[in-house]
Amino acid sequence: MTGTLTATGKAGRRVKGGRQAFIEQLMGVGFAFPAFLLLAVITIAPLIALVVLSFTDYELGATDTAVVGLANYNKALADPVFRRALRNTFLYVALVLPGAVLLGLFVAVLVQSRTRTRWIYQVIYFLPVTSTLIAMATVWQALLHPRLGPVGATLRLLGVGEVAFLSEPSLVLPTLAVIGIWQLLGFNMVLFMAGLSAIPRDLYEAAEIDGCTGALDRFVTITLPLLGPTTMFVIVTTSITAFKVFDTVAVMTRGGPAGSSEVLLYTIYLEAFQYFHTAYGAALTVIFLLFVLVFSGAQAFVLERRVHYG
Amino acid sequence: MSAHTLPSIIGGRRIAPRILAHAVLLAGSVFMLLPFVWMLATSVKPPSEVFSSTLSLWPSRFYGRENYTLALTTAPLFRFALNGVILCTGILVVQVLVAIPCAYALAKLRFPGRGILFVLVLLGLAIPVQVPALPLYIGLAHLGLLDTYFSMMVPFFVSVFAIFLFRQFFKSFPNDIIQAARLDGMSEFEIVWRIVVPSAWPAIAGFSVFSIVAHWNDLYWPLIVINNVRLAPPPLGMMFFANAETGSNYGALTAAATILTAPLVITFLFARRQFIQGITMTGIK
Repeated sequence: MTGTLTATGKAGRRVKGGRQAFIEQLMGVGFAFPAFLLLAVITIAPLIALVVLSFTDYELGATDTAVVGLANYNKALADPVFRRALRNTFLYVALVLPGAVLLGLFVAVLVQSRTRTRWIYQVIYFLPVTSTLIAMATVWQALLHPRLGPVGATLRLLGVGEVAFLSEPSLVLPTLAVIGIWQLLGFNMVLFMAGLSAIPRDLYEAAEIDGCTGALDRFVTITLPLLGPTTMFVIVTTSITAFKVFDTVAVMTRGGPAGSSEVLLYTIYLEAFQYFHTAYGAALTVIFLLFVLVFSGAQAFVLERRVHYG
Repeated sequence: MSAHTLPSIIGGRRIAPRILAHAVLLAGSVFMLLPFVWMLATSVKPPSEVFSSTLSLWPSRFYGRENYTLALTTAPLFRFALNGVILCTGILVVQVLVAIPCAYALAKLRFPGRGILFVLVLLGLAIPVQVPALPLYIGLAHLGLLDTYFSMMVPFFVSVFAIFLFRQFFKSFPNDIIQAARLDGMSEFEIVWRIVVPSAWPAIAGFSVFSIVAHWNDLYWPLIVINNVRLAPPPLGMMFFANAETGSNYGALTAAATILTAPLVITFLFARRQFIQGITMTGIK
């Protein structure tokens, strides 16, 4: 990364004359300007505004606004609703992350070793990624309906009583997590398959000559280490995606029953855009951003040390 | 389980592991496909059969016509789909037009502020839209622009991901060709659009898939800025529909879900390779 930041670019070095260097600078600025302007207006300015707002008591439409320092943050940290949302979100991530990553890898390995049927499995497992989650969430709701859905019917056949997947507080997050895994699995599978196909075949042959004969052996000594960068990327994107869970909660449970599926983004949405507690919503958003940054930062850092780059 | 199926990973030519692998993959396929199959089946069932709680897939009385007609007359589903097309097209066109010159400048030109801009791009990669959403909402409210197509599109007009991805591609473009084109008297503008861009077509196609899938399915931002049902993109439209009185009519509900899911899923089935390449590309960082 730092290399690209300090690099001067080969194209530039070749140009010695002042006129062409000047034209190049002018074109560079001109080409980058629209993107820079949009970035400033759409991302940077709102980001600054967000942080500023979080230190005030601004509410949309209010005439009086005062600076309140850390009051919003203190309120958030003491707020049982917010703390519960944070706990629920992390629990959701903890459930989705291993499922979506390990199953994604497992399916990728199995699908990759197929030849004629590979594309069929690829299509099947990838289908949920392209489908509109909101629409599929309503279908899942029907599937999981205790009395009318096929899942309930199957459980009845097996002699298990009625299970209220979405209205039983202890079951609602795991149920949403299963749907989250269902949605993410194909995405991770495709990424892992790309990683797998980049591993040179002769490495396996070399390993076999070196006495690495078992398939499991080869998987652990070659496949896993060489998949390091892919795995790191998959873990980071999966945890961030899971951390941003919103759609299924908004459609299927609305945070219920009794707040047991209220997650961070849903709480932010309610505070900022439903109750119009603008400043408080801003503080919650800042906390949300910090978590996202820590997620990508820490994971990249920790994994960078363990990953073997092929 | 994994220990048994793993022998099939690398060139296992024996029959047993292959059958086992297929068995595992097929079992997984049932889980992956169940919602789609159930959606299609329920959408052609009459209410009496939906509520009969039997496990039959195909209805004894075909009720598809009624369900789909009810769904289409209850809510402007085609309008939702059209909104999705407008939204995705608008966003994608601006994203590509903005990102390409910027990515080219970052990859091939020396200009003041290049380092800072690249740092901003990298930072931007870590910031999800939910973060600037609140100030953007306030800004749009003050400008009286809420409840417009523009308000739905504007946060996505610049994609730092597109800039980053295109820059990676442009960097590997040979400088000699650019230099030769310059000596031939081509302007930088022509070089970008007529020489470099055609060579980066896979990246642009890949990004397009990524962008369309993301924005066709996005709920959070449209939910915030759109109140007018007629402007709703598919996910928001589906939510309106589910909240309406038809909420408990699973036949009509799944018919609506089918109509709103179909465009992207059918596109995927036809452009399978492009979709998978597009997603794979997002993993190359």
